[in-house]
Amino acid sequence: MKYFSWAYLVALFAFILLPVVTLVIFSFQDGRLPVPPFKGVTFEWYAKILSDRAMMEALGNSLVVALLSSLVALTLGFLAASGLARVVLPGSVLMRGLLIAPMTVSYLIIALGLLQMFNQVGIRPSLLATGIGHVVINLPLCFAILYAAIGEHQKSALKAARDLGAREWQVLWFVAAPMLTPALAAAFFLAFTFSWDEFIIAFLLTRFDVTLPVEIWSMLRSGLSPATNAVGSLVFLVSVVVVVALELTLFRKGSK
Amino acid sequence: MSIERQEKRQGAALVAPALLWTLAFFALPFAAMVMMSLAHLEGREIVQGHDLGNYLRIFTDPSLRRGIFVSLEITAVVTVISVLLAWPLAWIIATRVPARWRRMALLLAVLPFWTSYVVRSYSWALVLGEKGVVMNALVGLGLLAEPVQIMATRSATIIGFVHFFVMLLTLTIYSNLIQLSPNYARAAEDLGASKWQVIRLVILPLTLPGVMTGAFLTFVLCIGDYITPQILGGNNELTLPQLIMLQLGRRGDFPMASALSVVLMAMVTLAYAACARWLKMDRV
Repeated sequence: MKYFSWAYLVALFAFILLPVVTLVIFSFQDGRLPVPPFKGVTFEWYAKILSDRAMMEALGNSLVVALLSSLVALTLGFLAASGLARVVLPGSVLMRGLLIAPMTVSYLIIALGLLQMFNQVGIRPSLLATGIGHVVINLPLCFAILYAAIGEHQKSALKAARDLGAREWQVLWFVAAPMLTPALAAAFFLAFTFSWDEFIIAFLLTRFDVTLPVEIWSMLRSGLSPATNAVGSLVFLVSVVVVVALELTLFRKGSK
Repeated sequence: MSIERQEKRQGAALVAPALLWTLAFFALPFAAMVMMSLAHLEGREIVQGHDLGNYLRIFTDPSLRRGIFVSLEITAVVTVISVLLAWPLAWIIATRVPARWRRMALLLAVLPFWTSYVVRSYSWALVLGEKGVVMNALVGLGLLAEPVQIMATRSATIIGFVHFFVMLLTLTIYSNLIQLSPNYARAAEDLGASKWQVIRLVILPLTLPGVMTGAFLTFVLCIGDYITPQILGGNNELTLPQLIMLQLGRRGDFPMASALSVVLMAMVTLAYAACARWLKMDRV
Protein backbone atom coordinates (compact mmCIF):
# COMPACT_ATOMS: atom_id res chain seq x y z
CA MET A 1 0.00 0.00 0.00
CA LYS A 2 2.73 2.38 0.99
CA TYR A 3 4.86 1.84 -2.11
CA PHE A 4 1.77 1.88 -4.26
CA SER A 5 0.86 5.30 -2.80
CA TRP A 6 4.22 6.79 -3.61
CA ALA A 7 4.29 5.26 -7.09
CA TYR A 8 0.84 6.69 -7.74
CA LEU A 9 1.86 10.11 -6.46
CA VAL A 10 4.92 10.19 -8.71
CA ALA A 11 2.99 8.93 -11.75
CA LEU A 12 0.24 11.51 -11.41
CA PHE A 13 2.68 14.34 -10.76
CA ALA A 14 4.54 13.29 -13.90
CA PHE A 15 1.28 13.44 -15.86
CA ILE A 16 0.35 16.82 -14.39
CA LEU A 17 3.75 18.42 -14.87
CA LEU A 18 4.72 16.83 -18.22
CA PRO A 19 3.21 19.48 -20.53
CA VAL A 20 4.53 22.39 -18.48
CA VAL A 21 8.03 20.98 -18.29
CA THR A 22 7.99 20.25 -22.03
CA LEU A 23 6.74 23.77 -22.71
CA VAL A 24 9.52 25.42 -20.72
CA ILE A 25 12.35 23.19 -21.98
CA PHE A 26 11.52 23.66 -25.64
CA SER A 27 11.16 27.42 -25.24
CA PHE A 28 14.99 27.32 -25.24
CA GLN A 29 15.14 25.16 -28.37
CA ASP A 30 17.92 26.23 -30.71
CA GLY A 31 15.98 25.32 -33.82
CA ARG A 32 12.69 26.06 -35.54
CA LEU A 33 10.53 23.34 -34.01
CA PRO A 34 9.69 22.84 -30.33
CA VAL A 35 9.91 19.03 -30.53
CA PRO A 36 12.69 16.50 -29.81
CA PRO A 37 15.59 16.20 -30.35
CA PHE A 38 16.66 19.08 -28.12
CA LYS A 39 19.27 20.98 -30.08
CA GLY A 40 20.74 23.24 -27.42
CA VAL A 41 19.94 26.39 -25.52
CA THR A 42 19.13 29.76 -26.99
CA PHE A 43 17.35 32.87 -25.70
CA GLU A 44 16.50 33.98 -29.21
CA TRP A 45 12.77 33.17 -28.85
CA TYR A 46 12.43 35.18 -25.67
CA ALA A 47 14.13 38.12 -27.33
CA LYS A 48 11.77 37.76 -30.27
CA ILE A 49 8.70 37.77 -28.06
CA LEU A 50 9.80 40.65 -25.86
CA SER A 51 10.49 42.80 -28.91
CA ASP A 52 7.19 41.87 -30.56
CA ARG A 53 5.07 45.00 -30.40
CA ALA A 54 1.70 43.30 -30.95
CA MET A 55 2.47 40.87 -28.14
CA MET A 56 3.51 43.61 -25.72
CA GLU A 57 0.44 45.69 -26.55
CA ALA A 58 -1.76 42.65 -25.93
CA LEU A 59 -0.02 42.14 -22.60
CA GLY A 60 -0.69 45.75 -21.64
CA ASN A 61 -4.34 45.44 -22.71
CA SER A 62 -4.72 42.29 -20.65
CA LEU A 63 -3.31 44.00 -17.58
CA VAL A 64 -5.60 47.02 -17.92
CA VAL A 65 -8.74 44.95 -18.56
CA ALA A 66 -7.95 42.53 -15.72
CA LEU A 67 -7.16 45.32 -13.27
CA LEU A 68 -10.19 47.50 -14.01
CA SER A 69 -12.72 44.71 -14.41
CA SER A 70 -11.59 43.05 -11.16
CA LEU A 71 -11.87 46.35 -9.29
CA VAL A 72 -15.39 46.94 -10.59
CA ALA A 73 -16.44 43.35 -9.83
CA LEU A 74 -14.90 43.61 -6.36
CA THR A 75 -16.66 46.91 -5.58
CA LEU A 76 -20.05 45.75 -6.80
CA GLY A 77 -19.65 42.40 -5.05
CA PHE A 78 -18.58 44.04 -1.80
CA LEU A 79 -21.53 46.44 -1.76
CA ALA A 80 -24.01 43.70 -2.60
CA ALA A 81 -22.58 41.33 0.00
CA SER A 82 -22.71 43.92 2.77
CA GLY A 83 -26.21 44.96 1.73
CA LEU A 84 -27.55 41.42 1.77
CA ALA A 85 -25.73 40.56 4.98
CA ARG A 86 -27.25 43.61 6.66
CA VAL A 87 -30.97 43.21 6.18
CA VAL A 88 -33.35 40.55 5.00
CA LEU A 89 -35.05 42.07 1.99
CA PRO A 90 -38.10 40.72 0.28
CA GLY A 91 -36.69 38.48 -2.43
CA SER A 92 -33.25 38.14 -0.81
CA VAL A 93 -32.98 34.53 -1.90
CA LEU A 94 -33.91 35.43 -5.45
CA MET A 95 -31.36 38.26 -5.52
CA ARG A 96 -28.60 35.96 -4.28
CA GLY A 97 -29.61 33.43 -6.91
CA LEU A 98 -29.47 36.01 -9.67
CA LEU A 99 -26.09 37.33 -8.51
CA ILE A 100 -24.61 33.81 -8.44
CA ALA A 101 -26.27 32.63 -11.66
CA PRO A 102 -23.56 33.69 -14.17
CA MET A 103 -21.16 31.35 -12.37
CA THR A 104 -22.97 28.29 -13.69
CA VAL A 105 -23.19 29.48 -17.27
CA SER A 106 -20.58 28.69 -19.90
CA TYR A 107 -18.44 31.70 -20.82
CA LEU A 108 -19.29 31.03 -24.46
CA ILE A 109 -22.98 31.65 -23.76
CA ILE A 110 -22.25 34.87 -21.84
CA ALA A 111 -20.02 36.04 -24.68
CA LEU A 112 -22.60 35.23 -27.34
CA GLY A 113 -25.41 37.00 -25.46
CA LEU A 114 -23.31 40.13 -24.94
CA LEU A 115 -22.15 40.11 -28.56
CA GLN A 116 -25.74 40.11 -29.80
CA MET A 117 -26.89 42.77 -27.36
CA PHE A 118 -23.91 45.01 -28.11
CA ASN A 119 -24.59 44.56 -31.84
CA GLN A 120 -28.14 45.74 -31.40
CA VAL A 121 -27.36 48.81 -29.31
CA GLY A 122 -24.33 49.65 -31.44
CA ILE A 123 -21.46 49.05 -29.03
CA ARG A 124 -18.44 48.01 -31.09
CA PRO A 125 -16.27 45.05 -30.09
CA SER A 126 -13.57 46.59 -27.90
CA LEU A 127 -11.64 46.25 -24.68
CA LEU A 128 -14.50 48.03 -22.91
CA ALA A 129 -16.98 45.41 -24.13
CA THR A 130 -14.60 42.66 -22.98
CA GLY A 131 -14.18 44.33 -19.59
CA ILE A 132 -17.96 44.47 -19.14
CA GLY A 133 -18.09 40.74 -19.87
CA HIS A 134 -15.30 40.04 -17.39
CA VAL A 135 -17.19 41.89 -14.65
CA VAL A 136 -20.19 39.66 -15.40
CA ILE A 137 -18.15 36.48 -14.84
CA ASN A 138 -16.23 37.76 -11.80
CA LEU A 139 -19.01 39.55 -9.92
CA PRO A 140 -20.59 36.26 -8.71
CA LEU A 141 -17.20 35.06 -7.53
CA CYS A 142 -16.43 38.26 -5.59
CA PHE A 143 -19.94 38.37 -4.15
CA ALA A 144 -19.86 34.72 -3.03
CA ILE A 145 -16.44 34.99 -1.39
CA LEU A 146 -17.31 38.21 0.45
CA TYR A 147 -20.80 37.13 1.44
CA ALA A 148 -19.36 33.94 2.94
CA ALA A 149 -16.71 35.98 4.79
CA ILE A 150 -19.20 38.22 6.60
CA GLY A 151 -19.90 36.22 9.74
CA GLU A 152 -21.89 37.05 12.88
CA HIS A 153 -18.84 38.70 14.39
CA GLN A 154 -18.56 41.12 11.47
CA LYS A 155 -22.27 41.80 11.45
CA SER A 156 -22.26 42.89 15.11
CA ALA A 157 -19.26 45.13 14.58
CA LEU A 158 -20.96 46.83 11.63
CA LYS A 159 -24.14 47.22 13.62
CA ALA A 160 -22.20 48.73 16.51
CA ALA A 161 -20.55 51.23 14.19
CA ARG A 162 -23.95 52.24 12.82
CA ASP A 163 -25.43 52.56 16.31
CA LEU A 164 -22.54 54.84 17.22
CA GLY A 165 -23.61 57.12 14.42
CA ALA A 166 -21.25 56.24 11.57
CA ARG A 167 -22.59 56.95 8.10
CA GLU A 168 -23.02 54.00 5.76
CA TRP A 169 -19.95 54.81 3.67
CA GLN A 170 -17.90 55.17 6.84
CA VAL A 171 -19.08 51.80 8.10
CA LEU A 172 -18.09 50.19 4.80
CA TRP A 173 -14.78 51.97 4.39
CA PHE A 174 -13.48 52.09 7.96
CA VAL A 175 -15.01 48.96 9.48
CA ALA A 176 -16.17 46.41 6.90
CA ALA A 177 -13.32 46.73 4.39
CA PRO A 178 -10.48 46.43 6.94
CA MET A 179 -12.16 43.46 8.60
CA LEU A 180 -12.62 41.72 5.26
CA THR A 181 -9.17 42.46 3.86
CA PRO A 182 -8.11 38.82 3.39
CA ALA A 183 -11.37 37.96 1.61
CA LEU A 184 -11.20 41.15 -0.46
CA ALA A 185 -7.64 40.34 -1.51
CA ALA A 186 -8.47 36.72 -2.32
CA ALA A 187 -11.50 37.77 -4.39
CA PHE A 188 -9.50 40.43 -6.21
CA PHE A 189 -6.62 38.13 -7.14
CA LEU A 190 -8.93 35.34 -8.25
CA ALA A 191 -10.94 37.76 -10.38
CA PHE A 192 -7.71 39.19 -11.78
CA THR A 193 -6.36 35.79 -12.83
CA PHE A 194 -9.71 34.75 -14.35
CA SER A 195 -9.89 37.90 -16.42
CA TRP A 196 -6.20 37.75 -17.32
CA ASP A 197 -6.59 34.22 -18.70
CA GLU A 198 -10.07 34.49 -20.21
CA PHE A 199 -10.23 33.69 -23.91
CA ILE A 200 -13.66 33.24 -25.43
CA ILE A 201 -15.26 36.51 -24.25
CA ALA A 202 -12.17 38.45 -25.26
CA PHE A 203 -12.07 36.62 -28.60
CA LEU A 204 -15.67 37.47 -29.51
CA LEU A 205 -15.81 40.96 -28.01
CA THR A 206 -12.54 42.51 -29.20
CA ARG A 207 -11.49 43.37 -32.70
CA PHE A 208 -8.36 45.52 -33.07
CA ASP A 209 -7.11 45.82 -29.51
CA VAL A 210 -6.81 42.25 -28.31
CA THR A 211 -5.81 40.69 -25.01
CA LEU A 212 -2.91 38.30 -24.49
CA PRO A 213 -4.83 34.98 -24.76
CA VAL A 214 -6.34 36.15 -28.07
CA GLU A 215 -2.92 37.20 -29.37
CA ILE A 216 -1.47 33.82 -28.36
CA TRP A 217 -4.40 32.14 -30.11
CA SER A 218 -3.67 33.92 -33.38
CA MET A 219 -0.02 32.99 -32.96
CA LEU A 220 -0.99 29.30 -32.79
CA ARG A 221 -2.45 29.50 -36.27
CA SER A 222 1.03 29.84 -37.72
CA GLY A 223 1.88 26.37 -36.36
CA LEU A 224 4.27 25.07 -33.73
CA SER A 225 7.08 27.40 -32.79
CA PRO A 226 9.44 27.79 -29.83
CA ALA A 227 8.29 31.42 -29.75
CA THR A 228 4.85 30.24 -28.55
CA ASN A 229 6.61 28.20 -25.89
CA ALA A 230 8.49 31.29 -24.83
CA VAL A 231 5.28 33.34 -24.40
CA GLY A 232 3.69 30.48 -22.48
CA SER A 233 6.71 30.12 -20.22
CA LEU A 234 6.73 33.85 -19.48
CA VAL A 235 3.04 33.87 -18.56
CA PHE A 236 3.69 30.84 -16.37
CA LEU A 237 6.68 32.47 -14.70
CA VAL A 238 4.72 35.64 -13.87
CA SER A 239 1.81 33.61 -12.42
CA VAL A 240 4.10 31.45 -10.31
CA VAL A 241 5.80 34.54 -8.90
CA VAL A 242 2.40 36.03 -7.98
CA VAL A 243 1.22 32.77 -6.41
CA VAL A 244 4.40 32.30 -4.39
CA ALA A 245 4.25 35.92 -3.23
CA LEU A 246 0.64 35.44 -2.14
CA GLU A 247 1.50 32.18 -0.44
CA LEU A 248 4.31 33.84 1.51
CA THR A 249 2.39 36.95 2.54
CA LEU A 250 -1.35 36.78 2.50
CA PHE A 251 -2.26 33.15 3.07
CA ARG A 252 0.47 32.29 5.51
CA LYS A 253 -1.53 33.49 8.49
CA GLY A 254 -4.68 31.73 7.32
CA SER A 255 -3.03 28.36 6.91
CA LYS A 256 -1.55 28.16 10.38
CA MET B 1 -39.48 56.75 8.61
CA SER B 2 -38.97 53.81 10.93
CA ILE B 3 -35.44 52.61 11.51
CA GLU B 4 -36.28 49.25 10.05
CA ARG B 5 -37.52 50.74 6.82
CA GLN B 6 -34.48 52.94 6.57
CA GLU B 7 -32.26 49.90 7.08
CA LYS B 8 -34.03 48.06 4.30
CA ARG B 9 -33.75 51.01 1.98
CA GLN B 10 -30.02 51.28 2.61
CA GLY B 11 -29.54 47.54 2.17
CA ALA B 12 -31.41 47.65 -1.11
CA ALA B 13 -29.32 50.61 -2.27
CA LEU B 14 -26.15 48.61 -1.64
CA VAL B 15 -27.35 45.59 -3.60
CA ALA B 16 -28.79 47.62 -6.46
CA PRO B 17 -25.61 48.28 -8.52
CA ALA B 18 -24.63 44.61 -8.64
CA LEU B 19 -28.18 43.58 -9.44
CA LEU B 20 -28.49 46.15 -12.20
CA TRP B 21 -25.19 45.03 -13.72
CA THR B 22 -26.26 41.39 -13.67
CA LEU B 23 -29.66 42.23 -15.13
CA ALA B 24 -28.26 44.49 -17.86
CA PHE B 25 -25.27 42.39 -18.92
CA PHE B 26 -26.35 38.87 -18.07
CA ALA B 27 -30.14 38.44 -17.88
CA LEU B 28 -30.97 40.83 -20.72
CA PRO B 29 -28.40 39.42 -23.18
CA PHE B 30 -29.55 35.94 -22.29
CA ALA B 31 -33.16 36.87 -22.99
CA ALA B 32 -32.05 38.47 -26.27
CA MET B 33 -30.30 35.24 -27.15
CA VAL B 34 -33.40 33.15 -26.47
CA MET B 35 -35.38 35.52 -28.73
CA MET B 36 -32.71 35.25 -31.38
CA SER B 37 -32.89 31.45 -31.26
CA LEU B 38 -36.47 31.74 -32.53
CA ALA B 39 -35.42 33.75 -35.57
CA HIS B 40 -33.92 32.38 -38.76
CA LEU B 41 -31.58 33.32 -41.56
CA GLU B 42 -32.80 34.23 -45.05
CA GLY B 43 -29.78 34.70 -47.24
CA ARG B 44 -27.65 36.87 -44.99
CA GLU B 45 -30.58 38.60 -43.32
CA ILE B 46 -31.81 37.65 -39.87
CA VAL B 47 -35.59 37.38 -39.92
CA GLN B 48 -37.17 37.73 -36.51
CA GLY B 49 -39.81 35.10 -35.96
CA HIS B 50 -41.31 32.87 -33.36
CA ASP B 51 -40.69 29.45 -34.76
CA LEU B 52 -38.91 26.46 -33.35
CA GLY B 53 -37.28 25.65 -36.68
CA ASN B 54 -33.74 25.90 -35.31
CA TYR B 55 -34.50 23.51 -32.48
CA LEU B 56 -36.16 21.12 -34.87
CA ARG B 57 -33.07 21.22 -37.07
CA ILE B 58 -30.75 20.56 -34.10
CA PHE B 59 -32.52 17.31 -33.39
CA THR B 60 -32.92 16.21 -37.01
CA ASP B 61 -29.74 17.43 -38.72
CA PRO B 62 -27.26 14.54 -38.21
CA SER B 63 -24.19 16.76 -37.90
CA LEU B 64 -25.76 18.99 -35.24
CA ARG B 65 -27.24 16.10 -33.32
CA ARG B 66 -23.88 14.36 -33.52
CA GLY B 67 -22.26 17.41 -31.88
CA ILE B 68 -24.49 17.09 -28.84
CA PHE B 69 -23.66 13.40 -28.46
CA VAL B 70 -19.94 13.96 -28.97
CA SER B 71 -19.98 16.66 -26.30
CA LEU B 72 -21.92 14.52 -23.86
CA GLU B 73 -19.70 11.48 -24.46
CA ILE B 74 -16.48 13.41 -24.04
CA THR B 75 -17.77 15.17 -20.93
CA ALA B 76 -18.96 11.93 -19.33
CA VAL B 77 -15.69 10.12 -20.02
CA VAL B 78 -13.61 13.08 -18.81
CA THR B 79 -15.63 13.46 -15.62
CA VAL B 80 -15.39 9.77 -14.71
CA ILE B 81 -11.65 9.41 -15.49
CA SER B 82 -10.85 12.65 -13.65
CA VAL B 83 -12.70 11.62 -10.49
CA LEU B 84 -11.05 8.16 -10.56
CA LEU B 85 -7.58 9.68 -10.93
CA ALA B 86 -8.05 12.64 -8.57
CA TRP B 87 -9.58 10.86 -5.59
CA PRO B 88 -6.54 8.67 -4.79
CA LEU B 89 -4.23 11.62 -5.37
CA ALA B 90 -6.18 13.83 -2.96
CA TRP B 91 -6.31 10.99 -0.45
CA ILE B 92 -2.58 10.31 -0.67
CA ILE B 93 -1.76 13.99 -0.22
CA ALA B 94 -4.17 14.27 2.72
CA THR B 95 -3.09 11.11 4.54
CA ARG B 96 0.28 9.82 3.29
CA VAL B 97 2.29 12.94 2.69
CA PRO B 98 3.88 14.31 5.91
CA ALA B 99 2.01 17.38 7.19
CA ARG B 100 4.81 19.84 6.46
CA TRP B 101 5.01 18.79 2.81
CA ARG B 102 1.27 18.71 2.23
CA ARG B 103 0.88 22.32 1.13
CA MET B 104 3.91 21.95 -1.11
CA ALA B 105 2.49 18.78 -2.68
CA LEU B 106 -0.84 20.46 -3.27
CA LEU B 107 0.83 23.49 -4.80
CA LEU B 108 2.83 21.25 -7.12
CA ALA B 109 -0.30 19.29 -8.08
CA VAL B 110 -2.06 22.43 -9.27
CA LEU B 111 0.99 24.24 -10.66
CA PRO B 112 -0.11 24.05 -14.33
CA PHE B 113 -3.30 25.90 -13.36
CA TRP B 114 -1.16 28.99 -13.53
CA THR B 115 -0.18 28.70 -17.14
CA SER B 116 -2.50 30.32 -19.61
CA TYR B 117 -5.39 28.04 -20.54
CA VAL B 118 -4.70 28.42 -24.25
CA VAL B 119 -1.03 27.61 -23.75
CA ARG B 120 -1.86 24.54 -21.67
CA SER B 121 -3.81 22.98 -24.54
CA TYR B 122 -1.06 23.95 -26.93
CA SER B 123 1.58 22.28 -24.76
CA TRP B 124 -0.39 19.02 -24.89
CA ALA B 125 -0.31 19.32 -28.65
CA LEU B 126 3.48 19.46 -28.37
CA VAL B 127 3.60 16.45 -26.08
CA LEU B 128 1.18 14.26 -28.03
CA GLY B 129 2.15 15.16 -31.60
CA GLU B 130 3.63 12.70 -34.03
CA LYS B 131 7.10 14.10 -33.33
CA GLY B 132 6.26 14.98 -29.74
CA VAL B 133 7.87 13.91 -26.50
CA VAL B 134 5.64 10.92 -25.81
CA MET B 135 5.85 9.34 -29.27
CA ASN B 136 9.57 9.96 -29.33
CA ALA B 137 10.01 8.18 -26.01
CA LEU B 138 7.74 5.26 -26.91
CA VAL B 139 9.41 4.67 -30.27
CA GLY B 140 12.85 5.21 -28.74
CA LEU B 141 12.17 2.60 -26.05
CA GLY B 142 11.01 0.18 -28.71
CA LEU B 143 7.47 0.02 -27.29
CA LEU B 144 6.03 1.26 -30.57
CA ALA B 145 7.25 0.52 -34.06
CA GLU B 146 6.05 3.88 -35.31
CA PRO B 147 4.18 6.89 -33.92
CA VAL B 148 0.45 6.50 -33.36
CA GLN B 149 -1.88 9.30 -34.32
CA ILE B 150 -3.27 10.84 -31.13
CA MET B 151 -3.33 14.52 -32.02
CA ALA B 152 -6.51 15.68 -33.77
CA THR B 153 -8.50 12.80 -32.31
CA ARG B 154 -10.93 12.51 -29.46
CA SER B 155 -8.22 10.90 -27.29
CA ALA B 156 -6.15 14.08 -27.39
CA THR B 157 -9.15 16.18 -26.33
CA ILE B 158 -9.85 13.79 -23.47
CA ILE B 159 -6.23 13.79 -22.28
CA GLY B 160 -6.10 17.58 -22.34
CA PHE B 161 -9.36 17.87 -20.41
CA VAL B 162 -8.46 15.18 -17.87
CA HIS B 163 -5.20 16.98 -17.17
CA PHE B 164 -7.06 20.15 -16.27
CA PHE B 165 -9.85 18.53 -14.27
CA VAL B 166 -7.64 16.19 -12.26
CA MET B 167 -6.12 19.35 -10.77
CA LEU B 168 -9.54 20.88 -10.10
CA LEU B 169 -11.01 17.73 -8.57
CA THR B 170 -7.93 17.10 -6.45
CA LEU B 171 -8.57 20.51 -4.88
CA THR B 172 -12.27 20.00 -4.16
CA ILE B 173 -11.82 16.44 -2.88
CA TYR B 174 -8.78 17.36 -0.81
CA SER B 175 -10.60 20.24 0.88
CA ASN B 176 -13.33 17.76 1.77
CA LEU B 177 -10.90 15.12 3.05
CA ILE B 178 -9.00 17.35 5.44
CA GLN B 179 -12.23 18.45 7.09
CA LEU B 180 -13.05 14.86 8.07
CA SER B 181 -12.21 14.08 11.64
CA PRO B 182 -9.73 11.17 11.95
CA ASN B 183 -12.07 9.82 14.61
CA TYR B 184 -14.36 8.34 11.96
CA ALA B 185 -11.58 6.16 10.63
CA ARG B 186 -10.40 5.27 14.12
CA ALA B 187 -13.89 4.30 15.24
CA ALA B 188 -14.37 2.12 12.17
CA GLU B 189 -11.02 0.42 12.77
CA ASP B 190 -11.89 -0.19 16.42
CA LEU B 191 -15.05 -1.82 15.26
CA GLY B 192 -12.99 -4.20 13.18
CA ALA B 193 -12.99 -2.68 9.70
CA SER B 194 -9.95 -3.33 7.52
CA LYS B 195 -8.06 -0.35 6.04
CA TRP B 196 -9.72 -0.92 2.70
CA GLN B 197 -13.17 -1.14 4.27
CA VAL B 198 -12.58 2.12 6.14
CA ILE B 199 -11.84 3.88 2.87
CA ARG B 200 -14.65 2.30 0.91
CA LEU B 201 -17.42 2.36 3.50
CA VAL B 202 -16.59 5.38 5.65
CA ILE B 203 -14.31 7.93 4.00
CA LEU B 204 -15.49 7.60 0.40
CA PRO B 205 -19.18 8.31 1.18
CA LEU B 206 -18.21 11.24 3.39
CA THR B 207 -16.35 12.86 0.49
CA LEU B 208 -19.33 12.68 -1.85
CA PRO B 209 -20.17 16.40 -1.50
CA GLY B 210 -16.64 17.31 -2.62
CA VAL B 211 -16.73 14.76 -5.43
CA MET B 212 -20.11 15.99 -6.66
CA THR B 213 -19.13 19.67 -6.51
CA GLY B 214 -16.00 18.88 -8.49
CA ALA B 215 -17.87 16.65 -10.93
CA PHE B 216 -20.46 19.34 -11.55
CA LEU B 217 -17.76 21.96 -12.18
CA THR B 218 -16.05 19.49 -14.50
CA PHE B 219 -19.29 18.93 -16.38
CA VAL B 220 -20.05 22.64 -16.80
CA LEU B 221 -16.55 23.69 -17.79
CA CYS B 222 -15.94 20.68 -20.02
CA ILE B 223 -19.15 20.74 -22.02
CA GLY B 224 -18.92 24.48 -22.62
CA ASP B 225 -15.27 24.66 -23.59
CA TYR B 226 -14.16 25.59 -27.08
CA ILE B 227 -10.39 25.86 -26.71
CA THR B 228 -9.29 22.32 -25.83
CA PRO B 229 -11.36 20.49 -28.49
CA GLN B 230 -10.38 23.09 -31.07
CA ILE B 231 -6.63 22.84 -30.41
CA LEU B 232 -6.36 19.12 -29.62
CA GLY B 233 -9.37 17.45 -31.21
CA GLY B 234 -9.05 18.69 -34.74
CA ASN B 235 -12.00 19.06 -37.05
CA ASN B 236 -13.12 15.48 -37.58
CA GLU B 237 -15.53 15.44 -34.69
CA LEU B 238 -17.00 18.73 -33.63
CA THR B 239 -18.23 19.40 -30.12
CA LEU B 240 -21.18 21.66 -29.34
CA PRO B 241 -19.08 24.79 -28.62
CA GLN B 242 -17.14 24.20 -31.84
CA LEU B 243 -20.43 24.00 -33.75
CA ILE B 244 -21.60 27.24 -32.13
CA MET B 245 -18.41 29.02 -33.16
CA LEU B 246 -18.71 27.54 -36.65
CA GLN B 247 -22.25 28.93 -37.04
CA LEU B 248 -20.96 32.34 -36.01
CA GLY B 249 -17.70 32.45 -37.89
CA ARG B 250 -18.40 30.84 -41.20
CA ARG B 251 -22.06 31.60 -41.67
CA GLY B 252 -22.92 34.49 -39.39
CA ASP B 253 -25.90 32.39 -38.35
CA PHE B 254 -26.70 34.03 -35.03
CA PRO B 255 -30.12 32.35 -34.70
CA MET B 256 -28.66 28.84 -34.97
CA ALA B 257 -25.70 29.67 -32.70
CA SER B 258 -28.21 30.97 -30.15
CA ALA B 259 -30.41 27.89 -30.36
CA LEU B 260 -27.38 25.64 -29.83
CA SER B 261 -26.38 27.77 -26.83
CA VAL B 262 -29.84 27.42 -25.33
CA VAL B 263 -29.53 23.64 -25.71
CA LEU B 264 -26.10 23.77 -24.03
CA MET B 265 -27.57 25.84 -21.23
CA ALA B 266 -30.42 23.35 -20.80
CA MET B 267 -27.97 20.47 -20.43
CA VAL B 268 -26.05 22.33 -17.72
CA THR B 269 -29.30 23.10 -15.89
CA LEU B 270 -30.23 19.41 -15.99
CA ALA B 271 -26.82 18.48 -14.59
CA TYR B 272 -27.30 21.04 -11.84
CA ALA B 273 -30.68 19.60 -10.93
CA ALA B 274 -29.14 16.13 -10.83
CA CYS B 275 -26.37 17.20 -8.42
CA ALA B 276 -28.30 19.87 -6.48
CA ARG B 277 -28.44 17.66 -3.41
CA TRP B 278 -24.70 17.90 -2.95
CA LEU B 279 -24.08 21.40 -4.25
CA LYS B 280 -24.11 24.22 -1.78
CA MET B 281 -24.16 26.99 -4.36
CA ASP B 282 -27.76 28.02 -3.66
CA ARG B 283 -26.94 28.31 0.01
CA VAL B 284 -24.04 30.73 -0.45
